[in-house]
Amino acid sequence: MLSRVEKINDFVVRLANVNGSGSASANRIFARSMIRMGVPVGSRNIFPSNIQGLPTWYEVRVSGAGHLGRRGGYDLMVAMNPQTWDKDVAGIDAGGYLFYDSTKPLPSSKFREDITVVGMPLTEICNKQYSDPRQRQLFKNIMYVGALGSLLGIEVDPTEALIKELYKGKDKLIAPNLEALHIGRDYADEHLKGAIGLKVKRADAVGDRILIEGNAAAALGCVYGGATVAAWYPITPSTSVAEAFGSYCKKLRVGEDGNKYAIVQAEDELAAIGVVIGAGWNGSRAFTATSGPGISLMQEFIGLAYFAEIPAVLIDVQRGGPSTGMPTRTQQSDLLSAAFASHGDTRHVLLFPADPKEAFEMAATALNLADRLQTPIFVMTDLDIGMNEWLVDPLQWDDKKRMDRGKVMTFADLESGKDFGRYLDVDGDGIPFRTYPGTHPTKGAYFTRGTSRDRYARYTEEGPAYVDNMERLLKKFETAKSLVPAPVKYDAPKATKYGVIYFGSTTSAMDEAILALNEKNILLDRLRIRAYPFNETVIDFIKSHDRVYVVEQNRDAQLKTLLLDTGRVDPQKLVSVLHYDGNPITARFIVNDISLKSGLETPLKESV
Amino acid sequence: MTWITKPKLHHPKLPVNALGFTHRDYEGAVSTLCAGCGHDSISAAIMQACFEIDLPPHRLAKLSGIGCSSKTPTYFLGQSHGFNSVHGRMPSVLTGANLANRELVYMGISGDGDSASIGLGQFAHCIRRGVNMVYIVENNGVYGLTKGQFSATADKGSKSKKGVSNPDSPMDMVSLALIAGASFVGRSFSGDKKQLVELIKAAIAHKGAAFLDVISPCIAFNNHAGSTKSFDYVREHNEAVNALEFIEGKEEITVDHDPGTTINVTQHDGSVLRLKKLAEDHDPTDRASVMNFIQRHNARGEIVTGLLYVEPDSEDLHDRLGVTARPLNALSDADLCPGSDALDKINAGLR
Repeated sequence: MLSRVEKINDFVVRLANVNGSGSASANRIFARSMIRMGVPVGSRNIFPSNIQGLPTWYEVRVSGAGHLGRRGGYDLMVAMNPQTWDKDVAGIDAGGYLFYDSTKPLPSSKFREDITVVGMPLTEICNKQYSDPRQRQLFKNIMYVGALGSLLGIEVDPTEALIKELYKGKDKLIAPNLEALHIGRDYADEHLKGAIGLKVKRADAVGDRILIEGNAAAALGCVYGGATVAAWYPITPSTSVAEAFGSYCKKLRVGEDGNKYAIVQAEDELAAIGVVIGAGWNGSRAFTATSGPGISLMQEFIGLAYFAEIPAVLIDVQRGGPSTGMPTRTQQSDLLSAAFASHGDTRHVLLFPADPKEAFEMAATALNLADRLQTPIFVMTDLDIGMNEWLVDPLQWDDKKRMDRGKVMTFADLESGKDFGRYLDVDGDGIPFRTYPGTHPTKGAYFTRGTSRDRYARYTEEGPAYVDNMERLLKKFETAKSLVPAPVKYDAPKATKYGVIYFGSTTSAMDEAILALNEKNILLDRLRIRAYPFNETVIDFIKSHDRVYVVEQNRDAQLKTLLLDTGRVDPQKLVSVLHYDGNPITARFIVNDISLKSGLETPLKESV
Repeated sequence: MTWITKPKLHHPKLPVNALGFTHRDYEGAVSTLCAGCGHDSISAAIMQACFEIDLPPHRLAKLSGIGCSSKTPTYFLGQSHGFNSVHGRMPSVLTGANLANRELVYMGISGDGDSASIGLGQFAHCIRRGVNMVYIVENNGVYGLTKGQFSATADKGSKSKKGVSNPDSPMDMVSLALIAGASFVGRSFSGDKKQLVELIKAAIAHKGAAFLDVISPCIAFNNHAGSTKSFDYVREHNEAVNALEFIEGKEEITVDHDPGTTINVTQHDGSVLRLKKLAEDHDPTDRASVMNFIQRHNARGEIVTGLLYVEPDSEDLHDRLGVTARPLNALSDADLCPGSDALDKINAGLR
C-alpha cells in the first residue's frame, strides 16, 4: 500500500522549469499566494548561467513554524522540464507527489512506485485554448499555478490579487492571466480532487514581515548609511546591488539641484575599487559590489587601502569558485581571499549578514566602520541571500543615528594648532587622524602613498619606521574587535559540552536543524559569528566546550582556518561540517552530518 | 639629485600673485630625480602655471600612479594633498576623488609606462567619462626606475641605450585621447617651458578631460643617438601648430591682431585661449580634422606640439551624472539618510 505524505503548512515543493520560459513570475505568484494566506514561505531560485534554454528550479519551503532555510528533499515535484525529468523524479521524498504534464504518454518506467503521480494535460489544454506559441507557453505556467492552488488548497483571492498587482499598468494582461488561472483551477477541481495530501491552511504566522532580496537590502543599507559614490562592474550575483542602489537613489536621493549620489559603471573591477578608494580618500562614503573573481582582481588596490588607510566598503556576494566556478550557485568561499586580500601582511574586517535584513543593517554599519577604522570593510553576503527573496522582519532605522565620520581634522582643528601627523596614533587605539584634501591653505596637507612612510606621512624606507607603522595597523585591528557586530549566542535547553559555530546564510537552516538535533538528544550551544576579527566571546565559546562543530559552505573550512589563526583555540576541538555543492546548505544535511560525526566519535570516546 | 635641504627663507621682494603667494609657496620637496630630468621642468611649469593663475595651492589635488613621473607630485605644490596610487590606476582613483568633491582642481600625473602600457584601459576610460581634470603624461618612451626598457610610446625602430631596436609600433597618446573623447588635447615638450605653462593654465581652466602629452627626455636612459625621445631629436622634429596665450576670463580682450592667423576660443569659465596659428591647415575645434592632421604629421616623423584640440562648450562627468553642485563629501545626514518614514513606506511596498 502506497503511503502518502500528509502535511499541513509544512512541506517542500520543487518546480522544474526551462530558463526563459516565463516560469519565474508564475512561480513567484505561487509562493506569494501562500504568504498572503499568512503562511511563512522561503523560496529559492536555482538557476543556470544562461538566458534561455537551460534547466532552472524554484524551491518553495512552506513552513507554518517559520523555518525558511532549505530543509532538504522535496515532497512535491512540479516537473515542467523534460530535460531533467529523471533526476527530478528520483529526488522526490518517498510518499511524495509528482505533478506533470500528461499530454504525451510516458512509459511506466519513467515513474516511481512509491510516489503519487498526478497528471494534467497542460499542453493539450493550452493548445486548445491558445493559437499563439508564446501564449501557449506563458499561460501554461499560470495554469499550473491555478491547478496547484486547487490541489494544495490555496485560496484564489490572494493569487488573483497578485496577478493584478503584477500586471498593473499592463492591464490588458490581467484578464487572460486570470482566465488561465481559473482554467487550471477548474480542471484540478474537477479531475484531481484530493490527489495530493499536502495542504496550505490560512494562518497568522507572517505578521508584518516583508519579502526582499539581499542585494536590494544591501543597496538600501548603502543609501541609509550615507554612501554617495558607487563604482562597480557587472558580475553575477552582485549586479543587482548596484542596480538597486541606482533605483533607490532615484527615489530617495534627488535634491533640488541634482543627484546626491554618483554611480560609475567601471571598465573592470580594478577601476571600480580605484574609484571607491579615490572617493574614500576625498571624504565621500563609497562602496563597490562584486563577487569572488572581482575580489581577486581588486587585490592590489585593497592592499593600498589597507596600508594607506583609506575607507572603502566592498559588498562581496559570494558564488561558487575558484575561477569562473559556478557563477549562479552559492558558497561562502571568499573568506580567506577577503580576510587577507593583497600581497604583504594584511588583515581585513569582514561582516557576515545572515539574511537581507542584516545585509541592510550591515551595509550601513560597514560605511561607519570604514570611516572609523579608515580601512576596507567587506560585507560578505552570498548568492542565496543576495538573489533570493527572503521573508524577513521589516527593515528598521533609528532616526537618532548619525553617520560616524571617524577621526577627521577640520579647518578649525588645524587652525587651533593641533599636531597633525597622518599616521600618528594620538589616542592609543591605532587609528590616526586624517584630513580631507582642500581643508586648510597651509596646514594638514599630506602625501598618500603605498610606500612606507613615517608618522607624519614622509616617505621613508627605514626599518623601524616601517615596523612601527605595521604594528600600529595591528593595534587598529585589535580595536576593530570591539567595534564590529558581536556574535549571537543561544544556549541548548540543557547544559552541554558541545557547541556549534556558523554564520551568514547557514543561519536559517541551522535554526531548523538545531530542533531536530535536540530531538535526537544531540544538544548544542550555538554561536552565530557576525564579524571578523573575532572578539573574546568567540574564543570563550570554544574554550568552554569540549567540541565545537564549525558549519560553513566551502570545501576548505575557511572560517575554521580564521579561528585557528587566532592561535588561541585548540584545533582538536573544532570539527568541520562542510557543504559546498553550490546549493544552499539544508537543515537535513546539518542534522545528518553532525549526527554522524557525534555518533562516530562520542561512543568511542566514552568506551575508553 | 641633491641632498641639500631646501631652506624655507626667501628674498622679501620675491614677486607675489593676487593671493599674496610667492613662487616658493607652490614648491614641493626637493626632487630625487636625476639632474637634468625633463620631468623636473614639467614640475616647474606646473608651479609657474598655478602661481600665475592665482590658484590656492591647497585647492588642487595631485594624483599619480607609479614610476619616475608619478614621483613628481611630491616635488611641487607641497600644500596640496597628493596621492601616489598603484601602477596604471591613477585614473580611477582620480575619478573617485573628483566625484567626492567637484570644487577642487584635479591633476593627474602619469608616465608612458603608467598610462600607455599597464594603465592604457584606465587612461582611455577616464578620458571617455569626461572627468574634470588635467591629465599629464610625462612621456619619455622608456622605463626609468627599472633602468631602460622600452615603453609602449617608444617609436618602432628607435634604439635603446643598450643598442636594441624597438620592434613594436608606438602608442600615440594624443590620438588615443582624441579617440576616447578628450575635450582638450595638447602636446608639448619639457624643454619648451613657455608653451607648456600656457597649455597647463588653459587645461586647468578647461571643464572636462584635458590631456597633455609632454615629451620629456630621460637623461639617463633615453637621450642617446637613435632615440626619438632625446632632447636633440625632439628639438629637431618639433613642429608647433600654434602659439597659445591664456587669458583669464576677467580680463577684457581688446586686441585681435593678425586676423586670419589668430583665433580666440572662449572656454566655459570665460577664459580665452588666444591661438596664433602656425600651421594653416590646423583647426583646433574640429576633432576629425585634428586627427587627420596628427596622423599626417606622425607619418612624416614630426612631433606636433601646441593646443591640438579644444571643445569650448565641454561638459564633465558631474554634468553627465546630474550631480548636485555641492561637494558630495560635504553632504549631511539630513541630505543623505531618507529616515524611518521613508523606510516604512518601502517596507509597505514589499508585502
